[in-house]
Amino acid sequence: MKKQIGNTTIDVNEEGFMTDFSQWSKDIGEEIAKESSIDLTPRHWQIIDYIQDEYKKEVPLSIRKIGKSGVVDIKEFYVLFPKAPLKTATKIAGVPKPASCI
Amino acid sequence: MYNDSGEIKKMMIILSKATLENVYAAFVLANGARMEGIEAEVFFTFFGLETIHRRKLKHLHVATVGNPAMHIPTMVGGLPGMESFATSMMKREMKKMDMPDVFEFLCLLKDSGVKLWACKLAMDMFHYKKEDLFEDIDGVITVGDFYNKAQGPGTHILFI
Repeated sequence: MKKQIGNTTIDVNEEGFMTDFSQWSKDIGEEIAKESSIDLTPRHWQIIDYIQDEYKKEVPLSIRKIGKSGVVDIKEFYVLFPKAPLKTATKIAGVPKPASCI
Repeated sequence: MYNDSGEIKKMMIILSKATLENVYAAFVLANGARMEGIEAEVFFTFFGLETIHRRKLKHLHVATVGNPAMHIPTMVGGLPGMESFATSMMKREMKKMDMPDVFEFLCLLKDSGVKLWACKLAMDMFHYKKEDLFEDIDGVITVGDFYNKAQGPGTHILFI
């Protein structure tokens, strides 16, 4: 699926996750965040950077791993990205939805 | 007027057993709900209370008797040591999968906003006091309280 963000077109799946990380930019991340009513602060960006680093290292992500990352604890993660934090944060980061049950 | 879109908004999970496979099923379902933005609450009743009993939660076992999917004959499953053996095997496998142990999982659920309730009737029956329980539980409630908390559109009640 194609999706128009500003004057850029990105490829996304039916859940809105980007399918080509090379198309990602900070501006696109900001726009996806707005769709979830999140204004990204430097604290959000630290977590997004961490998620992208893990993705590049091909480390599977889970809530538990985020909690142990030293970047953010689980409570704060739920505050920063309310509702489904791992889903929302990975969507903003432009990486695939983690296939994790924990 | 209420229009049911079919959306799941809240999972109310009743855990009535403390065999590891049931405990993990309940915990994964509760945590999985929160990960999807669905509210989740767990009501611990009868033997399920052992899951939040401060001293007992570290010693939960899988059941080796009466579980055909274990592929251990019932007579063998009942031999001394079998349960401990099967439990340590299962714990090892779960560790490989990066599954937290029961205590850490309870903390994970709390941090994720899952509410944990102990059943008053079962507490009285087993003579447990609130001090015997995992400190972060949200309270000791009756079945009526539980139903009140379950009210509202999009709530599902699950008995394990």
